[in-house]
Amino acid sequence: MFAMCADPKALEGLAWMLCYLTSGTHMLFYASFGTVLGLLAVTAPAALLLGFLGALAARSPVAPLRWIGRTYAAIVRGVPDVVFFLFVPIALDQGIEWLRSRVLCDPSVPVRQGNEFVVCAAAKMPLSTSPEWVHDLYGIALAVAAFAFVFGAFAANVLYGAMGAVPRAQLETAEAYGMTPRQIDRRILIPQMWTYALPGLSNLWMILIKATPLLFLLGVEDIVYWARELGGSKTTTYAYPHGDWRVWYFLALLVFYLGMTWISQRLIDRLAGRLSRGQATMAGEAMRKAGTTA
Amino acid sequence: MKNLLIAAAVLALSAGASLAEPLRMGTEGAYPPYNFVNEKGEVDGFEIELGNELCKRIQAECTWVRNDWDSIIPNLVSGNYDTIMAGMNITDERRKSIAFSDAYTPPPPSAYVALTPDADVKGIVAAQTNTIQAGYVAESGATLVEFATGEEAIAAVRNGEADAVFADRDFLVPFERDSEDLVWVDGQDRVVVGEGLGIGMRQSDTELKARFDKAIADMKADGSLDALIVKWLGAEAKTFAGMAAEGGAATDAAAAPAAASN
Repeated sequence: MFAMCADPKALEGLAWMLCYLTSGTHMLFYASFGTVLGLLAVTAPAALLLGFLGALAARSPVAPLRWIGRTYAAIVRGVPDVVFFLFVPIALDQGIEWLRSRVLCDPSVPVRQGNEFVVCAAAKMPLSTSPEWVHDLYGIALAVAAFAFVFGAFAANVLYGAMGAVPRAQLETAEAYGMTPRQIDRRILIPQMWTYALPGLSNLWMILIKATPLLFLLGVEDIVYWARELGGSKTTTYAYPHGDWRVWYFLALLVFYLGMTWISQRLIDRLAGRLSRGQATMAGEAMRKAGTTA
Repeated sequence: MKNLLIAAAVLALSAGASLAEPLRMGTEGAYPPYNFVNEKGEVDGFEIELGNELCKRIQAECTWVRNDWDSIIPNLVSGNYDTIMAGMNITDERRKSIAFSDAYTPPPPSAYVALTPDADVKGIVAAQTNTIQAGYVAESGATLVEFATGEEAIAAVRNGEADAVFADRDFLVPFERDSEDLVWVDGQDRVVVGEGLGIGMRQSDTELKARFDKAIADMKADGSLDALIVKWLGAEAKTFAGMAAEGGAATDAAAAPAAASN
């Protein structure tokens, strides 16, 4: 990055440290913080949407929809996360490649040959000729899908419970005003359920923040991967040899994660105040009395 | 119909761009000096330079893909990349799931490194998981502790978790040379396990294997492979020329003196 860094062997002290911390690998390390934050920014709304649909399906008067909604939540909540993080991306990836191979390749060639999963070059996803960033983006997209699938199920359960917690009297009043079931959902039920859902959702958000190291299972190089990689002792084969510095890198991560959860908690507190303001619920009333409407 | 059009367009584009076929080369990127990530954030090392040269000779356009050692074979057979060059020894066990090119190094010696030269190699020994060294330790009667990377296995010796670490000698050389605490274990610094490093490929890629075999044979013949071995693994490392001079690998064995430890 700096001109003086051209010959790392000649550097000492502060200059060495400055060059070391601005080396290409460190830039990738810093960029991986962006990857993690970006992933959170995409995954959280996607999981919430999936959870919302799941909760609506679980409450649906149509039996098959209800079964789908409940089965989804029950299965995902019952199976270890790691299994789904490994299963969803592989299943998606191979599913997409299989579909493409049926269209783009000779369909008489099986994709499973012994222990191998082989599709012709045209059906590869992404294509072998694609630039590296396409492969990276595809990997991240699969990771987002896996996260959204798993966290969506938990969110569905939280929202389902929250919808059930809205006082029956509120809905009955709406019925008395002559609203249709759909109007009741939109105007009465959904606006009021958030205050019940927030504690559960905030738990999920906190867990999601801390679950990002699972990304490396999916081949996305996240901050924990880089901390382990950069912190490990480096011999003179490398331009910047050093001993085992993992403890410092992990300390930095610790500060980062604590900072993230601390900021999140502040925001959640404000949101909780906002949501319960003016609510004719026990929770809202209690919060108002305790003076935490912020 | 739309897919067909896209396919046609892709074919037309790829045919027009270049005749070199794209190859994705899988590596670990955590096994210096064979393969590692340099300070620019790019993969570098003996296998990277060798791989790029081999690709040039077989007229393929190669890009490198980093993958965890643990899942490096499963991701090859599921088609995420086309080859493995990651310090992987050719073994019969691995031959069951993937195909190997001819070896591009002579059978590499492995070695024990510890904090004292008289460390107990039958005690607790650290090794990288899924390596031939891990298999060797398990069969030697020692208690095996496995780690995801070779570097972590060495760290385990330093912090007292293990009595010794067993790994490729060429991987350990820089660690032993640079550090003040690590030393070779007496009489255990040249243990031959494995048949040499090879390029891992899917068993169905027989045509690719033939091309790589030919390119490796060419590089052995013109001495450029030995030159790369000396450049990256040091003058002490075993070369193909040296192996031929010895009259085959049979004379070399664990019996070699431990004079190299310093």
